[in-house]
Amino acid sequence: MLADPSVSAAVADAHRREWAFVLAATVRVTGDLGMAEECVQDAYAQALSTWGDRGVPARPGAWLTTVARRRAVDAGRRDATLRRSLPLLLDDRVDPGPQMADPEEIADDRLRLVFTCCHPALRLEAQVALTLRLLCGLTTAEVAAAFLVSEPTMAARLTRAKKKISGARIPYRVPAAGELPARVDAVLTVVHLLFTTGHTAPVGADLIRRDLVERALDLTRMLRALLPRDADVAGLLALILLTDARSATRVGGDGRLVLLAEQDRTRWDRNAIGEGVALVREALRRRPPGRFALMAAIAAVHAEAPSWTDTDWGELVALYDLLVQLWPSPVVALNRAVAVGFAAGIDAGLHALDALAAEPQLAGYAYLPAARADLLRRLGRLSEARTAYEEALLLTQNTVERDFLTARLDKLGQAQAKPGSTHPGPAPSAPR
Amino acid sequence: MAQYLILIYEDEAAWATAGPEGYEQAMKEHTAFGHANGAALRGGNALQPTGTATTVRREPAGSFSVTDGPFVETKEALGGYYLVEAADLDEALAVAKQVPAPFGGVEVRPVQVFD
Repeated sequence: MLADPSVSAAVADAHRREWAFVLAATVRVTGDLGMAEECVQDAYAQALSTWGDRGVPARPGAWLTTVARRRAVDAGRRDATLRRSLPLLLDDRVDPGPQMADPEEIADDRLRLVFTCCHPALRLEAQVALTLRLLCGLTTAEVAAAFLVSEPTMAARLTRAKKKISGARIPYRVPAAGELPARVDAVLTVVHLLFTTGHTAPVGADLIRRDLVERALDLTRMLRALLPRDADVAGLLALILLTDARSATRVGGDGRLVLLAEQDRTRWDRNAIGEGVALVREALRRRPPGRFALMAAIAAVHAEAPSWTDTDWGELVALYDLLVQLWPSPVVALNRAVAVGFAAGIDAGLHALDALAAEPQLAGYAYLPAARADLLRRLGRLSEARTAYEEALLLTQNTVERDFLTARLDKLGQAQAKPGSTHPGPAPSAPR
Repeated sequence: MAQYLILIYEDEAAWATAGPEGYEQAMKEHTAFGHANGAALRGGNALQPTGTATTVRREPAGSFSVTDGPFVETKEALGGYYLVEAADLDEALAVAKQVPAPFGGVEVRPVQVFD
């Protein structure tokens, strides 16, 4: 029997909105992540048939939780040893008993689940994978596809992580107030990584991985609802909204990369920008501001600038100066140098960039030679620009970005080949 | 509750040049650590340097090879341990953060339980 499309849509919607809530509430009963996953999966499968017969319940999340928990109790009875070998630590496990608890009373345990998935004792790649699997409800195959690894590799990664959670007794608990800021930062790092991976896919044919961007946005909105007073959460949500507001204009109709300078600003998402700017203001109220708040403030300057030439570059440099103190990463310093190139002149920008040439963390980072190439091109030092573009091309694996760099190189070639132009001189050999 | 072994890995060369004051300082710190974490501590020892270690391996033929030195040569070597009892990893890590290890760090390993 084919499921009614409206029922399938309701189940898909409940999957996206409620998965984390249902799973977190079920873990409270099973005490075991793997068992809870199975029960929740079964509950969604049952929803497809039951909702088809009896209609979609008024509160799908509560319905799913009740069914998943009942399955967990049945499974627990079948396997009494389960209770003795509880791998996941719970200080207050609930036993829903034969009568199901009033759905109104199901505690929102999603924060516990967030902190378990993003525990610093797990590898970052495992934290990201667990977040997609357990909080977003992606299948192992989907998580594998998101990170371009094979399904068995991802399955092994998830299993290893879950074994560590149970073996080392990583708690299912919201950390104490003293630890909370550091632990929230770890969570935001995972979500931000998810977003940046989607915003500019490191490899592949598409510049933007819409699925990952959407998941990151959903997760951040969930965190915002669960931690409404946290300035760093507000900062990350602002950053994602303001950055993603430009997504429709980053790739042209022909699939080509369109730089910020050339994007059609009338097509930016003004609702997202409005929401993002309000959140930046809120996030900046905390002193000193956090790194996501500052990054969001930088995105806000671009989002509110009427045009590329009317961008407040001085403000951008000031924000980057603050950010570089708080987050002394060479990548931040690189972006600062680009802003300096517009605020204080190309030579100043080039000077700031050259100061970064020896940074080991930037070796192999395509944006360094790409930024250098752009400044050199604007200075008319075309053969040096060519070398820098070629170097950037060697380091770029995203097809859209590669095409952009190739086009820039071709343009330079035409400029250099113009009749009457002086010989570019001995070209420095491109690094291989 | 569960048990965790906190393994202390430190640079032996740094300890070799630490001098009597260095050792005295370490003794003080470990005593203070013991007082602060007495409720969780189930045991612990300092080990003599890896120069005193002997490694025994069974050869494929069935005989044993006995060699001078630690099992694996590393810059930071196992130099001591504490056995602690904790409710979960977070509690164990909170104790681990207080273990004095000026020339290295510690590794936290849950103790295997067989039912």
